Amino acid sequence: MTIMAYIYMHMREFRDIQESELQKFYSRLVKLLQGKEFGHETVDSLQRLHLILFATKYTRKLPSELQKRLLALLSASAEPVQLLSSAVLRETLPLSGHNLSYNQDNVAQLNSHVAALLLSQAGSRAELSSFCTQLLRSLESRQSEGPAHFTHILPILNTILTHSPECLTEDHVTLLSKKLVDWLRYASTTQGGGGSSGGFFTGARSRQPVPIAELDGTVSGDFFTVLCVGQGFTEDQWMNVYSFSMLRHWLLTYQSVSTGSITADTDDRSEVDGSVVSIVSATSSSSRLLPPKERLREKAFQYCQRLIEQSDRKAHKRTDAELQKACLVEAVYILDCVCVEDASLVYRTFPCIKALFGRLSSDLAFARVMLPIAQFYLNHGEMAAVDCESVWKLVFGRFPAELFNCPFLAHELLRFLRMNLESLQLRVPQYTRAFPNLLKFLAWDSPAVVDDFVDLLPSMVTTGTALELLHTLLDLPCLSATLVLQHRSTCLPISDPGGRSLLSLDAFRSPADRGLFLFLLRDEAGSGETMDRLSTLHERLAEAADWPRVVQCAQTVPVLLHIFFNTAIKIADEKLLSDLIFVMLERSSLLLSLPTYVKEVHRVFSCHLLRLCKLQPSLVVDQSHELLEFAGTTANVYNKEEMYTHVVWVLGEFLSASCDSRCSVRLITSCFEALEAVLFEITSSAPLPGSPCPAPRVVTTLMSALAKLASRSHDLIPRVSLFLSKLRSVTRGGSVAWCSDEEDLVAIETRGEELWSLLKTPGVAQSVLTPSPHVTTPQWHRDTNVSMPLQLRALTSLTHSQ
Amino acid sequence: MVRCFLIHTVCPVSALSPGESRVLYSRVFGPDEGVLCDQDPELSPEERRLLQKEKVAVVARQVRSAVSLSREASDRQLVEVMPGDEALALQEADSGVVRLRARDPFSEEMSALWLGVQSLGFTLVCEPHENLLLAEGTLRNLTRHCLEHLHMLGQGSEVLLRSNRIDALLSRLLPHGQLLFLNHRFAQSLEKEVAAYMAK
Repeated sequence: MTIMAYIYMHMREFRDIQESELQKFYSRLVKLLQGKEFGHETVDSLQRLHLILFATKYTRKLPSELQKRLLALLSASAEPVQLLSSAVLRETLPLSGHNLSYNQDNVAQLNSHVAALLLSQAGSRAELSSFCTQLLRSLESRQSEGPAHFTHILPILNTILTHSPECLTEDHVTLLSKKLVDWLRYASTTQGGGGSSGGFFTGARSRQPVPIAELDGTVSGDFFTVLCVGQGFTEDQWMNVYSFSMLRHWLLTYQSVSTGSITADTDDRSEVDGSVVSIVSATSSSSRLLPPKERLREKAFQYCQRLIEQSDRKAHKRTDAELQKACLVEAVYILDCVCVEDASLVYRTFPCIKALFGRLSSDLAFARVMLPIAQFYLNHGEMAAVDCESVWKLVFGRFPAELFNCPFLAHELLRFLRMNLESLQLRVPQYTRAFPNLLKFLAWDSPAVVDDFVDLLPSMVTTGTALELLHTLLDLPCLSATLVLQHRSTCLPISDPGGRSLLSLDAFRSPADRGLFLFLLRDEAGSGETMDRLSTLHERLAEAADWPRVVQCAQTVPVLLHIFFNTAIKIADEKLLSDLIFVMLERSSLLLSLPTYVKEVHRVFSCHLLRLCKLQPSLVVDQSHELLEFAGTTANVYNKEEMYTHVVWVLGEFLSASCDSRCSVRLITSCFEALEAVLFEITSSAPLPGSPCPAPRVVTTLMSALAKLASRSHDLIPRVSLFLSKLRSVTRGGSVAWCSDEEDLVAIETRGEELWSLLKTPGVAQSVLTPSPHVTTPQWHRDTNVSMPLQLRALTSLTHSQ
Repeated sequence: MVRCFLIHTVCPVSALSPGESRVLYSRVFGPDEGVLCDQDPELSPEERRLLQKEKVAVVARQVRSAVSLSREASDRQLVEVMPGDEALALQEADSGVVRLRARDPFSEEMSALWLGVQSLGFTLVCEPHENLLLAEGTLRNLTRHCLEHLHMLGQGSEVLLRSNRIDALLSRLLPHGQLLFLNHRFAQSLEKEVAAYMAK
């Protein structure tokens, strides 16, 4: 049995347990819990109870006796029992009328597992608020209480302020701001006792104090931070860690709320009294007289500056090196946050940020640290008149080009773009040219980032870039294949150990085709909309058609094309619309040959071709040459049925003097002749062996288009009529070689007859087949002059009938 | 903060319809978001619980498809790892992020970080402004401990019948969903406590 099957069996067993068995189990458990000592059996039974509750999505009700026993267990001595009763109770509903009231006196003893239960079952804001008040009171009076279980209070507060920041009153915010200042800036700088003695805070202070150390082993000469190490830690050092961990969220939540009290705090520990005089803070203005929030801002600023400085040290442990990176990210975000609030800090901060950028920008291992730095430059660069060019070169240039296969960077970078879209469009002209590079994320890992591009794509469509973007989107599967090749050629030796030699890889390496791939891999837009040898490229990449990555990528293209056209239609001028039609016609036969991809793209093209032409019928005359060429090519009937039908319909519908005065009789006639020739060809001979019959829809659309054109140029009517009558006599025979389905043939015949009889009276034919706009979009009811008599008539008929 | 941590299947399970994922462990941190933002006030507590379970299931399903698409794309053969080789399993793990749009399923946008280890997915749902670098490290650390202390590469029942061990891990390494900046010394001290708990 596989592990999964085994697990499933277990879960089913617990989910489908019989009610009678369950009751027995409950009563056995109640008995078990009456004892004082809880052994393995208790833990085991509680674990089973948890699984029974967890395994079903529906709520099971526990007997109230059992539930009360479980509540009592929350403060039991054994941690597994505490944990399990908390977990079990979280899976049930709170006992009505028996609120889990934390005793006001012993909130300090409130353990983390009880708190977890309280939080998860909080039924209202009011409950959270009073819980919050209790927690803060216990923080205030903690000196008098025992030292245990304090660290979890900050995470609980952070949870509360995530869900309901208004639970903290102004006084709470002030109090906690002060506390955070203390913990962040004035934690002990000597090592706590060895951790071996048990809990966190049981450090023996009797020994000679040993100063804390930096990550590279040197003795620390400044205040304590999360990047300081020692044999053991004191309580306030733990609080330092917890404080820094929630600092950014705290600042983001409460910073902008204005402080009521601006009276300076004089009773706080001042810097001069502090055990260490900081190198960082020594240079800053004395913050002693600042109100609590501003003071916290100042301390946060110092803390982050120190972290940045500490991150330059060589960590002995790999995990610490990773922590340094995470700290850099956090520090820069916090600095950004304090600078947003207090612009005067920008000038003090920029030198440090600039230095950090200079130090790390060439090392791609620090790419994710660069994003907060980019955010900082974006938010404050203008104010500090700093040149941001090199930042954008990295973010829009090197990162997508070289780190397209890093899922986390992709996620963060695209999120950065989404969050700052307006600002980027306004201030960073590089953004609009960066799409060939940014789309590499999509080409590499389409399912993970397509959602981001759905949001971002509209911002990439501008009149200047639309055509190139369209080409780029259409070639996205090629880009995907190219990235695979690039990845392979850098990661694998020239001869693939799998033995599967790829023709496309040879092409990728061959100097003759290098240019094709380099164009796809370009960093920036503007070097041309597309390239000449697209069909060569598609040939070279033919074998990529079944690569999973390429297939996944191709599946996202139609969605993005829809978004592209929806946006382009809004911003495009006449020239661009006309160009778009041209590109659609051209590219319909220039696509990487993936089974459903081509069909899907044709479907999108058809849909938007129609929209564009309806929006601006004169486009049909503008692009009549290309449209006619497309419609006159018989092969398109077979391999681009969807597009072909739409092009023919568009020609029949909009090639009319009423849509565009430039539409001459000559143009109508030449269109008529092109369509007539195709219709004649496909209905006069059997398709080649092995190739399909023309779609009946194509045949009827062609017939209708011909009739429409003829109704506008009456000289053509006899030609259509002749064709239609011929068709009738052929189809009357029962079967024809070009249509295998009998029902389809009947439908074609009926359509033919309708059109034929309609064309017998040209005047009627014209008004039916080319109705004037006031018929198709009646607006007379909105016109007061016309509608007034109607209303009067209606009123008259009402009054007269009485 | 982290909104929830879950362990779920990412491979086809014979009894489930394809694309489904079985949630083996889940822990939602903090209060139910529905209660506080007055969403659907007419829901009963039972319905709220059901809704929360469904939200977790949605995350599991989304991650499951992300994992299988990512594995399909990378065209890599899954190496079968034996119990005892947790470090190797973790090293071989696939990883990624899924963006969960607002209201799908949480009221605000979230980022779901995932690690695919063999047939299991370990997922951390974070608020998107979180320090994802730190979250990634925390997820790896949690996963390593889960694999080791619950022997998850072997027979699978321990993940179900020893869930208190995961609770104990979370209460230290991710208390109430708070990501912690722990250097190796702090981490060691917490891990010592974890080891003591597991030995009980």
